[in-house]
Amino acid sequence: MATAKLTFTDVALTVNVPAGTRIIEISEKIGSGITYGCREGECGTCITRIVEGQENLSEPSALELRVLKDNLAGHNDRLACQCQVLGGTVKVRPG
Amino acid sequence: MPAAPAIPAPDRARPAPRGPEQIADRVTWIGALDPDLRNFDVILKTANGTTYNSYVVRGSQGVAVIDTVKQEFTAEFLAKLETVARYDEITTLVLNHLEPDHTGAVPELLRRAPHAHIHVSPRGLQVLRALLKDDFDSYRITTVQTGDTVSLGDRTLRFLTTPYVHWPDTQCTYLEEQNLLFTCDLLGCHYCDARLYNDKVGDFRFSFEYYFDHIMRPFKRYVTEALDLIEPLRIDMIAPGHGPVLRAHPREYITHYRRLITKRLASETGAEKTLLIFYVSAYGATAQMAEAITEGAAESDDVRVSLFDLQGGDVTPFIDLIEEADGLAFGTPTINGDAVRTVWDLLSSLVDIDTKGKLGASFGSYGWTGEAVGMVEARMQGLKMRVPEKGLRIKMHPTAEELEQCRDFGRRLAAHLAGRPAEREIDMSALLGR
Repeated sequence: MATAKLTFTDVALTVNVPAGTRIIEISEKIGSGITYGCREGECGTCITRIVEGQENLSEPSALELRVLKDNLAGHNDRLACQCQVLGGTVKVRPG
Repeated sequence: MPAAPAIPAPDRARPAPRGPEQIADRVTWIGALDPDLRNFDVILKTANGTTYNSYVVRGSQGVAVIDTVKQEFTAEFLAKLETVARYDEITTLVLNHLEPDHTGAVPELLRRAPHAHIHVSPRGLQVLRALLKDDFDSYRITTVQTGDTVSLGDRTLRFLTTPYVHWPDTQCTYLEEQNLLFTCDLLGCHYCDARLYNDKVGDFRFSFEYYFDHIMRPFKRYVTEALDLIEPLRIDMIAPGHGPVLRAHPREYITHYRRLITKRLASETGAEKTLLIFYVSAYGATAQMAEAITEGAAESDDVRVSLFDLQGGDVTPFIDLIEEADGLAFGTPTINGDAVRTVWDLLSSLVDIDTKGKLGASFGSYGWTGEAVGMVEARMQGLKMRVPEKGLRIKMHPTAEELEQCRDFGRRLAAHLAGRPAEREIDMSALLGR
């Protein structure tokens, strides 16, 4: 099974995950400060800064793009409840 | 002959339905008074009721409506509006904040003035969609940010993006030619008095600070950013969405907000990070843990550690301390399968302050099950804190070896606070059961 390394810099922890894992599946279990609201990609609460490995994430959906735009998110920001880690190394911190 | 019943003297502060009020040249208040409201948004008491302030600005080439009122006051609001403008004259509708007490009349206003061009912050769009439902796409809507303007001919509205004071969507609007700032909830308060102006109404200082404490305090960091934008402006009048119009000494209210958001005795800690350790102990075991964790954390020169027995203090001063701390650890025994009430009382009160991003940790002794530690961790995550170290649970009184585990727990917490944590790597399977 393809795997990836997902690092949460605010708690200094790297988790080896299967490709396709969403950030939301891990971040709460390890105590990262990434927070969630609707958990369905609508509210923008879980905007997360991608410190490294943007290219290793799934492409944002039209809904995610709209929510990021409405919330004035930066180019390195994604919704933790939506994006999947596809491989390689990804480092994130709360947005 | 019986005496005639006494007729109460008119109370000048007691609001009667009142008409529109011109508050400045070509600027008219068309809001509503709600004197009987005693509770706002569940969380606020309103001894004096409140007002829902809306304003009309008339320029040479257009009329703008700034915010509206709560839905049940729609008819009253429209009646006032109709005395100062025709619906076909309204070119602009500014929505500084989309909460229902300011947008309740928006659907009906737009039904009568469908050509009005709506100006809203980018974050306001999602709430506006929910408000207008299927009609959303039929209106002309523009998102605006700091520096964007709308011309009404000889009057100009300039927007300031001031998010999270107290919703993500909040913004202010500045009437350039008259140095008049529309702030919606910022600098407002729940205080209903038909005399309307701050130099005419009763003493509303309590209401002003109470409103700040419950509405703005959790968003101090954003209030700071908003004040940074507002302070350079020349301001002759502040027209908020609730409470008195601030026409006398408006700058004083901004200065007071600045005072309210400033840290107290910041020099007491300087560059050190602060860790507050709170505990409740039934038989002394959790207290022993707390002391050992304190010892471990205090080995770090750049972290200042404080230890508090929660049963010896009141909640309010602890909240003030927590607001300015970098890290918090809570120790609780497990009694009847739960954390103890003293801990919950403090944790539930933290909704009044900003805890986002603070470091949190939990620990405790237990006899049978020990689930209190996990419950406290979950609450801290709900408070948007990061909880990097799994909570420390010890069955009954700690041994010497377990006390060393506590010291090491304290050392690790200090390392996280000081920004030098040991990097760790685990497999996802290690998270099963969490």
